[in-house]
Amino acid sequence: MNVKVGQAAEAPSFAKASRELLGNTQLRHNVRHATDMIRARRASVVAETPDWQQLRDSARAIKDHVLRHLEAYLEQFEAACTAAGGKVHWARDADEANRTVIDIIRSHGETEVIKVKTMTSDETRLNPALEAAGITPVETDLADLIIQLGADKPSHIVVPALHRNRAEIRRLFMEKMQLQDLGERAEDLAAAARRYLRERFLRVRVGFSGANFAIAESGSLCVVESEGNGRMCVTLPKVLISLVGIEKIVPTFGDLEVFLQLLARSATGERMNPYNSIWTGVTPGDGPEEFHVVLLDNGRTSVLADAESRSTLACIRCGACLNICPVYRQTGGHAYGSVYAGPIGAILTPQLQAMRHSRSLPYASTLCGACYEVCPVKIDIPEILLHLRNKVVRSRGAPLAEWLGMKAAARAFSGGGRLETAQKLVRIAQKPFVKDGVIERLPGMLAGWTRFRDLPEVPAESFRQWWAGRQRKDTQ
Amino acid sequence: MSAAKQEILERIRQASDAAADRAAEYAAIPRGYRREGSMSPEARLELFAARLHDYGASVYRCSATQIAGAVAQALTTRGRTVMVIPHGVPASWLPEGFEFAEDHGLSYAALDESNGVLTGCEAAVAFTGTIILRHGPGQARRAVTLVPDYHLCVVRAEQVVETLPEAIRRMEEFRRAPLTTISGPSATSDIEMTRVKGVHGPRTLDVVLVS
Amino acid sequence: MVAVLERLGHSVDFRPAQTCCGQMHYNTGYQDDARRMMLHFLQVFRDAETICVPSASCVAMMREHFPKMAAASPDASVSRDVDALLPRVYEFCELLVNKFRTVDTGATFPHTVTLHTTCHSLRGTKIGERPVQLLRAVRGLTYIELPQADQCCGFGGTFAIKNADVSAAMLSDKTRAILDTQAEVCTAVDNSCLMHIGGALSRQRAGVRCLHLAEILASTAGEPA
Repeated sequence: MNVKVGQAAEAPSFAKASRELLGNTQLRHNVRHATDMIRARRASVVAETPDWQQLRDSARAIKDHVLRHLEAYLEQFEAACTAAGGKVHWARDADEANRTVIDIIRSHGETEVIKVKTMTSDETRLNPALEAAGITPVETDLADLIIQLGADKPSHIVVPALHRNRAEIRRLFMEKMQLQDLGERAEDLAAAARRYLRERFLRVRVGFSGANFAIAESGSLCVVESEGNGRMCVTLPKVLISLVGIEKIVPTFGDLEVFLQLLARSATGERMNPYNSIWTGVTPGDGPEEFHVVLLDNGRTSVLADAESRSTLACIRCGACLNICPVYRQTGGHAYGSVYAGPIGAILTPQLQAMRHSRSLPYASTLCGACYEVCPVKIDIPEILLHLRNKVVRSRGAPLAEWLGMKAAARAFSGGGRLETAQKLVRIAQKPFVKDGVIERLPGMLAGWTRFRDLPEVPAESFRQWWAGRQRKDTQ
Repeated sequence: MSAAKQEILERIRQASDAAADRAAEYAAIPRGYRREGSMSPEARLELFAARLHDYGASVYRCSATQIAGAVAQALTTRGRTVMVIPHGVPASWLPEGFEFAEDHGLSYAALDESNGVLTGCEAAVAFTGTIILRHGPGQARRAVTLVPDYHLCVVRAEQVVETLPEAIRRMEEFRRAPLTTISGPSATSDIEMTRVKGVHGPRTLDVVLVS
Repeated sequence: MVAVLERLGHSVDFRPAQTCCGQMHYNTGYQDDARRMMLHFLQVFRDAETICVPSASCVAMMREHFPKMAAASPDASVSRDVDALLPRVYEFCELLVNKFRTVDTGATFPHTVTLHTTCHSLRGTKIGERPVQLLRAVRGLTYIELPQADQCCGFGGTFAIKNADVSAAMLSDKTRAILDTQAEVCTAVDNSCLMHIGGALSRQRAGVRCLHLAEILASTAGEPA
């Protein structure tokens, strides 16, 4: 099994990637503007939902339940979907998933496929595989269209092109859509996308989607969207292929009443998103004549195996954690080197890869806890980050200098006497660095502090010495 | 069983703790969220109409005997003369002076060029301003409510509930049919977070609300 | 803190054997080391009546992670020790407001002050409005609310070093908010955040002082902070 999470295995560390991105002022401005807006909208619609906490509790309980019975639910899904005329395939890893999709398209002699957004296909890197097989993928989500035309990478789960502003998008559309003229307003850009894509919607015979939810009891899929391209891709083509992670299962149709209330509010700050499409297998006379579901593992069973962090799989991809994260706010998504960015990306990306890569991601957080507060399925991201950090250290993944420093500190903290000795040593060691009571430059690993901050000198008299002096005075 | 399926299920088995009683566990899931509305029928309709207005939809309220008149009003306001209808739309809904073409496998091109489509619906949710279509008689196959640029939907008061859980319960018996929930016309915020209405899907949505 | 507690008539003890709650190690992934520090902590404070901690993050560490580490220990007595310890641990504001039911510490501090609500005090120990109540009772003090106070300052323990650039970017937002209040003094209940914020304000020569809340509450006309 060869798990692929986009190009995460080759990505630079978070510290390195973020350092470069911090210099991109346009990006930082766009990220700030976008996240401020969605955050405010989300807060507003959540405030008017009196049973918000109860919805979260139920959602988490449902997902925990599914993860405990995943085998049974997957088999139930397969049986129901097949009975309704769908064909169910299983893919162990990214390559197998891509091959399955390509084989289906080839079997129909088609060379074009219209796609509705799913991060799962970014995860498996489906598009390069399709192109290598002589099949042209056409992205139909506006943001993904922008990314595709710009040969770019997504930087956010829900608003992937938020790092691009209007002027950049206009230039891109004019060039790639060969337009002589194009207005500057957002409406003009959206209208250009509509015209460009409509021709393809009505003509292309193979559609590709993911799914937000896979309903086990009926073998149905549910796609949640805003633009209408989802409806286009799952309805108009002759053949539909849906790639679905095995963790997307919910037990019953009724459970949608919980998740549909949580998802739109968390993702875009709306009471309900414009369109939800629910379909089961094949319906004669309505929609595709042939329907395939590819159930994807690609490391999800590795995440499942760790009981302490398997709740990572409860994620419904709303992006609320990205919007509230003070770290993401500064860097945007590219710093995480993965299709899954932000707090959820920091825990999902390394776990899918069985902690072999992306080991800097669990440290890309101050553990402030804001993500946990907004997560609609109550994933305790800070706790999982700590769990994964422990895993990194245990597997000898920590930098040597850090490991030595932490061990030295642990020794100093092993007893009051040792700590006092350490304090005395620090008081001596700091002397060359202190000027007028302030340290402006520290050596080696600690230089990271003093690049941006002064450090007050350790006072000549420690609290312990002050206390001891006081005790002596009292007894005299 | 394919090798892939076998391997994946085996990995899941190894990753899982001892299996408990699935049905009992499912039944024990806490559901403290609101599952019933508390508004009066009239307040519910008012709220539903208000949400539709927020979306930019026009709402035409009428009684059960005035539906054709309301339809005529909507079509005149929007300047539409020929509408596609699915099989199963009651004749009493159709006003004189307009043309209604029943869909018997119209091509996508024909749908694209049409003035719009008139359908009923299965249920509606007041709190979110949502219309739920069960594609079939009276509510059209999916392409017919998707490709045309204008959708006029007749919603009866008894179809409107307050909360989503109530609507989902109503839809249970149809859960294997193709279903679409519509909460306003399509939109995107992908361009500098400015919300732009009407990307794909009908750019104009109107409702005849019958009570 | 000692001054304030004694002024209120309580007797304070300090045990030199104490070292650290283990938070830095726990949070960086060195949980075995953190566990040893916890055991030492449990031993040092086994019979202490009330334990006062001038750090919300340390208290959060104990409440959130001591039970977890104890449960993972094969020795059941560790969990018992933790259960016996936690009810006796108070963050400084909790001690004053919850246990002693007082907001007036007899302090005088005639300056404009803004409060950074640290992540651990906000979400960990949830001390809510208590620091503000205490500040408002200080004679001569003008309290100015900090905009976006709940936004993390970017310290995050070893994050400040391992991801120094992002830490500095987050800090830049925080110092901007503080400077916008035009307050003379910035305070908080965690020295870690204060060291980080104060370090940047010092580097910028911004002319804003950082003081721990306890220092303000200890301040009197005769011995001002």
